[in-house]
Parts: sequence; structure tokens; C-alpha cells
Amino acid sequence: MTVLKTDNITMRFGGLTAVSEFNLDMKEGEIVGLIGPNGAGKTTCFNMITGVYKPTEGGIECMGVDITGMKPHEITKLGIARTFQNIRLFKDLSVLDNVMVAGHMRLDSNMFSSIIRTPDYVRKENAMYEKSMKLLKEVGLEKEADEVSTSLPYGKQRRLEIARALATEPKILLLDEPAAGMNPQESIELMDFIHDVRDKFKVSILMIEHHMQVIMGVCERIYVLDYGVTIAQGNPREIQNNQKVIEAYLGVDE
Amino acid sequence: MKKNTKKNIMSLIALVLFLGFLTIADRIFDSYQMRIINLAGIYVTLGLGLNLINGFTGLFSLGHAGFMAVGAYTSAILTMSPELKQMNFFLKPIAPIFANVEWPFFPALLMAGLMAAIAGALIGAPVLRLNDDYLAIATLGFGEIIRIIFTNTQTLTNGALGLKGLPNFTNVYWSWGTAVVMVIVMVLLIKSSYGRAFKAIRENEIAAEAMGVSLFKHKMMSFVLGSFMAGVGGALLGHLMGTIDPLMFRFLMTFNIVLIVVLGGIGSITGTVISAVVVTVMLEVLRFLDGSMDFGFIQIEGIPGMRMVVFSALLMIVILFYQRGLMGTNEFRWEWVTNPKETITTAWKNRKA
Amino acid sequence: MSIQTFMQHMVNGISLGSLYALLAIGYTMVYGILRLINFAHGDIFMIGTYIAFYSMTAFFLPWWAAFALALVLTALFGIIVERLAYRPLRNSPRISIMISAIGASFLIQNLGIVLFGGRPKAFPIDPIFAKIFKFGGVSVVSIQLIIPVVTLIFLAMLVYIVNNTKTGMAMRAVSKDYEAARLMGIDVDVIITFTFGVGSFLAALGGVLWGLKYPQLIPLMGMMPGLKCFIAAVVGGIGSIKGAVVGGFILGLGEILIVALLPSLTGFRDAFAFVLLIVILLVKPSGLMGKTTTEKV
Repeated sequence: MTVLKTDNITMRFGGLTAVSEFNLDMKEGEIVGLIGPNGAGKTTCFNMITGVYKPTEGGIECMGVDITGMKPHEITKLGIARTFQNIRLFKDLSVLDNVMVAGHMRLDSNMFSSIIRTPDYVRKENAMYEKSMKLLKEVGLEKEADEVSTSLPYGKQRRLEIARALATEPKILLLDEPAAGMNPQESIELMDFIHDVRDKFKVSILMIEHHMQVIMGVCERIYVLDYGVTIAQGNPREIQNNQKVIEAYLGVDE
Repeated sequence: MKKNTKKNIMSLIALVLFLGFLTIADRIFDSYQMRIINLAGIYVTLGLGLNLINGFTGLFSLGHAGFMAVGAYTSAILTMSPELKQMNFFLKPIAPIFANVEWPFFPALLMAGLMAAIAGALIGAPVLRLNDDYLAIATLGFGEIIRIIFTNTQTLTNGALGLKGLPNFTNVYWSWGTAVVMVIVMVLLIKSSYGRAFKAIRENEIAAEAMGVSLFKHKMMSFVLGSFMAGVGGALLGHLMGTIDPLMFRFLMTFNIVLIVVLGGIGSITGTVISAVVVTVMLEVLRFLDGSMDFGFIQIEGIPGMRMVVFSALLMIVILFYQRGLMGTNEFRWEWVTNPKETITTAWKNRKA
Repeated sequence: MSIQTFMQHMVNGISLGSLYALLAIGYTMVYGILRLINFAHGDIFMIGTYIAFYSMTAFFLPWWAAFALALVLTALFGIIVERLAYRPLRNSPRISIMISAIGASFLIQNLGIVLFGGRPKAFPIDPIFAKIFKFGGVSVVSIQLIIPVVTLIFLAMLVYIVNNTKTGMAMRAVSKDYEAARLMGIDVDVIITFTFGVGSFLAALGGVLWGLKYPQLIPLMGMMPGLKCFIAAVVGGIGSIKGAVVGGFILGLGEILIVALLPSLTGFRDAFAFVLLIVILLVKPSGLMGKTTTEKV
């Protein structure tokens, strides 16, 4: 069953075409990769899917709902969550608070009840607290729950971002370069982690990555972009042997 | 949960003691000193309102004085007796609908806040989607527009003449009672999910939106609540001073509140409370800089304007060297009192941070 | 209204517009480079006027020497303000630098009150500026002709510098992309200093011309014009010098014409700028001549 579909989406900024006619078809439970040299338009695709940009042309459908042009927070509510290329944590907030913010929209409460602390609100907030702590445990961050998020080492900050995204109860998870800055050992752990996330949280994952090892090891299908154009599509073996892909990258392998 | 109950009991005791202090203060201090105490309490409310918008939600709003004006004038018009109104509006009579209203203080105070909140909603709707700098200028602009409108609507506000003879409702219980309520509301709000959402918007708007926080809705909530507090503060101020006029609510007023918030620490409730008291007292104490000082054997001529020079310089020093203000984003914790040794050692260890 | 009265108002509007343009340029240049609203700019304008005033009344300099001195000293003053109030906060959160700007503005204003006294001072006007010419039924004071002409001359010089010199190119580079300019070897600090110097120079020019047209000086005289001129820069397109000029004229002419055509709204004259601001921010936030930029996510 298709969970996310883009129909020839194109993004133009003035005279520059960042993404041209991108067609994505993600099925439930898939782990799909999006690769390409720097500046190929990968994050722009993410931004279109998550509502940060409105596609200049084309449409996006999430589980049958047309989400083209919807605002980011509405799209998140529908079930698409993301992490960012340059980590965007809430710096001054604790690790736990970062995750709890993501639970806010599902709280189904209002400001007055939260101030007066109605029993209903207290119950909901306690439930959110439990859920958030559980999520932190899943990513191995429960000990650092009360630390300021920026005090975490880089690798843990990335994990926190993923935990935070998961706190929005998504059906689709968009990861933007989750392995950036990781050493080979951490990358292998990340690969297992991504598999676990897919299995445990029942999400479909779309991933931008430059770490070829991670992409090839984790993704079932891969799209390749170059200057905004989709130059190849297929399973890891097909992509590895694709001449156009090799040329575009000039043989980058980490 | 046991620790929480203990903390709550301590807070309650502190509150009762504070109330006791107020009652005693009312008896032993003279009217000049009482005025300063009242003023401090009002500035707590005003500072908290601004801190909510600027400090916690990260919206740089410079229009606070405008909302104060809305609140002050609303309360004044509602509470002044018809005779008082007739005396004031001698140039042009007041608009007929208001000529005969005379409300008691509490509903008028609530209405003042409500009107300011409505103004906040009307102004916020178009303005809150602008980025930092433009938001600052736009809110400053609106603050000025409100002031200019009030200066020119003779039949509503008595224009530049202002209103005199406002009933002196504000006493310690009103000024500080409101302050206490506002502190409690702020603490409860900031510790709640909505408080976290506000702070997330401040820290990283784009990430907050990506995590499902509706930017517009939450910015409006913060802005409207902050404006409500400004309106209430403005009304309390009016009924303390006894007279209001549009010039009272120009940008200088907003600046004073910005000063209080920055000195105390943007994003700290405790900081705002302490700073409001300190700044109010200092503003009074330093009045001598403007006037002449008589030491008996020497007389030093004061220089008008010196007081504000000192305060502006103070603001500059704080922002250049102690950006985080007195408290940074820290809040008071009962542990400081119950376990002072640990507090001091941790603070000493973290002093470089 | 007769055609003569209308022309009279137009002349008035054009001089006011020129003055606003001179001030707006300083705002737009600084904002273009530092993304900072220099709240203190209006007060720098005030300082320029007062320097000229005291040069003439306390040091008995002839007007041309006083004006030249004011221009140079004010440029230096602007540079000092940047060095003390803004440079240290270059890497701090935006709110801090904005508060510093407001603080600097209030500090300068109040220093003005302390040093110059709050009572209005009369700006000495050399008879050369008070000659009256008659065109048809319209009487024009020489200053009203001088202001637009002087403004245009200095504007032309500025445009030349920005478009045809290396420094100008560096300025444009820094305002387009701060980091890239630095990586290309441009000494950003020097460029910023130069920008503040030029902006303050033009503000002082506006100040002395203002003093000649509206000879009542008070230390707070820079506040309203300062605010309005930032608005003029926004209306025209912040970061664009042409936009600042356009904005200045729209504001100046608009203000005068509103008072002329709708005398009952005279009290709201100052509100015109703010209303214009709100409208522009809602309709075309990048300004009339500005380009919309998108932030990289």
C-alpha cells in the first residue's frame, strides 16, 4: 500500500530549478534511500514533502490525502516527521523537553486547562512523560534526560533528533543525513538502529545519505538525483552498477 | 510526589508570610514609600507579560506600551463617575455610550485586560508572521499608532489633555496580588506543554513547526496573553497615578520594561520579579541625579536626564557583558534554601559556563 | 485647492522627502550588511545637527565650516557607536544586538538632554538659505531648492562609489553574503566601519539641512524621523539604496499631502508612516524595490 507519493513535483527558485519532476512512490514499511551529489536537490525534496516549500509544480499525496501546499505542522499531524541536515535541536531545552515538545500536538488540550492543571490535562501530560521517557530509553538516552540538549556529543544529538521525530507518532520518517559525522562503528550501529526503528515503530523511512555503506546496507530501494533530475532508481545492486550514477558521483564510496 | 508536596507547602508558607509583610507595610510605610512598593508590583506584572512574549516565545515585540494604554484608558473610562467624566471632558464631551457608565474596579480591570488582549489579537494576526526585526518595528509602530490615535480622539480619550482624577483603587493588595497571580500563572504555564511549545518556537521555529507546533496559533496565544497582562498592568498603573495621558505610553515606557526584563534575565520569571523591584526602587532612588542634592555643607546641582543616562548605560553594560542578565534562564528553586551548600558549590563549578 | 497651493505643498514634500531619503540610506546600508536596525541612527542625525549648532554659536565658525565639521565628526561618531555597541555582539543572538541598539539610542538621547539641555535651541540660518523666490504664485525659500539638489548630488556620489569602486563592490558583496565575502579576502570589519561612516555622514548632512528647514532643535528630535526613515527604507526595499530614496520621497510627500488634502487628519500625520509600514509588510514585505529571499532550511 502506497503511503507517500509525489507526482512530478518541481521546485523552482526564480530562475533556478532545484528539483525537476521528482516521482516518489513509497510503500508501507519500506526503507527508501535518496542520494546524489551535494546540491542535487535532496533536502529540497524533503522540504517540499514536509511543507516547508510549496512545489512550483506537481502534487504530493500522503496515505491518500493531498498534502500539497499544506503547512508543516499540519503535515506532521498527518504522520510525516523529519530530522534535519544541520541538527535543529531546541538548544536551551533539556533532552526530555525536546522530545516532549514533539508530543504537544497530540496532547489534545488547551492553554487554560494546562494552566489550571485539570485532572484531564495532568493525566495526558503524565502519559506523554511516560511515552517520552520510553522513547529516550529506545535510543539509549534516558540517563541524559535532564541534561541540556547541546551538552550531548554529536552522535547522541542525532539520536535525540530521531527520538524527537518519533515522538510525533509518524507513519513516515524522513531522515536527512543521519550518519553525517559518524565513524564506521557508529555507522554500523546506525544501520541496525534504523532497521529496529522501522520494525518497532512501524514506520516507513525515506533517507538522504552520503554514507554509501549505510545506504546500500539499509535501503531496499534508492532514488538518485543529480542537479534536480532523477537519474536512476532501483535496488542497491542496480544503483551500484549504474553508469550514470557512477559518473555523477565520480566514484564516491565511504 | 512527596518532594513536590513539600515544595508546594513551602511556597504556600512563603505566600502567607508575604501577605503578612504587605499588611504590615501598609501600616508602617508612608505614602511615598507605598507608591514605590505598589509600582514595583505593577512592574512585575508588566515585566512578566513582556517576558512571556519576548523571553519565552522569542518574539521581539516593542509595542507593550500601546497595550498598557488600551488597558489604562479602558479602566479609567469604565470606573470614572459621570461627574468626573464631565469635568475632564470639558473640551468635547465624552462619547454618549460611556457618559454614564460607572463600574466597580475588578470588572473594569478584567475588561482592561480583555480589551488589550483583543488589541493584541488584532495586531498580532497580521504582524506575527514577520521575522524578528520587522516584528519589532511593526509592534513599535502599532504602539505608536495607538498612542497617536488616543491623542487625537477627543471624545473617547480626551486627547492630549489626558484624564485626571482616576479613582485610586490600586493598593498593595491589588498591585501585588495581581503580581502574585501572574507569577503563579506564568510558572504553571511555562512548566506545561504549552510553555515548552513557546520555548521551542524561541529556540528553533522551523524545528518546532516540523514537530507539529502551529507557529501562528502559539505565537498568537503568547502575544494575546502578554497583551492581556499589559492591559491589566496599565490599568493598575493608571489607578495608582491618578492621571493618565497618551505621553505616558510612548516608547520610553516599553523601554523601561525591556530594561527590567533584560536585567533580570530574558526567560526567567524569578529574574523579572527581582529586577522589577530593584529597577523600580533604583529609578526612584536615582531621582536625585536629576535634581539637586543637598548634603548640608555642599549642594550638588543635579542634571536633568542624568537618571536615564545611568539607566541606558546600565542596559548597555548588561547587554554587552552580562547578556543573560541576572538570572539567565534560571528560576528560583527551593533547593537553594534547603540545601545552600550544594547550590553554592554547583554554581561555583559552573561559573565559567 | 489652487494649483499654486498644491505646488507649494509639492515643494515642501520634496524637501521633506529628500531629508528622509538621506536618513533612510543609512538605515538601509547598515541593515543590508549587518541585518541590524540601527535604532541609534536617528540620534546620530541629531548629534550632527547639534555639532553644527555649537560650532556656529559657541565657536563662531562660518556655516560652511560648521557643516563640514559636523559631517566629519558625526561620521566618526557613527563609527564609534558601531565599535562600542554593535561589534562586540556580532556573534550574539539577534535580540541582544537589537536591545543594544535601543539602549544606545536612549543613551545618546539622554546624553543629549544632559549635555544640551531639553529646551529647544534655534539653529542659526545664514541669509543665503532664507532667500525667497517666486515662481508664478508659488513662493519658494532657497533652502527648499537647496535640499533636493544637495541630496541628489550626494546620492549620485554614493551610487558612483557603490557601483564603480572596489570598496563599493566589497560593500555589495558583504551585504549579499557575509561569509562568502570574508572568505574572498574582504576585510569585513573595514567595510562595516566604512558603511557606518558613510551612513552617519549622510545622516549629518540630513541633520544640518533639517536644522535649516526646521530650526528648532531638541535632543529628542531624531526619534521620530529616525523611526520614520527606517520605515521609509523598509517601504522602498531594505538593503536597496534606490529603495531607500524612493521610500523617503513616498513618506515625505505622503505626509505633506495628507496634511494638505485632509487637514482634519493633521494629528495623525505621524501615524501615516506607521500605517504605510503595516501595509507594506502585509502586502510586499520585501519592499517596493526589494527581492524576496528564501531561507535555507
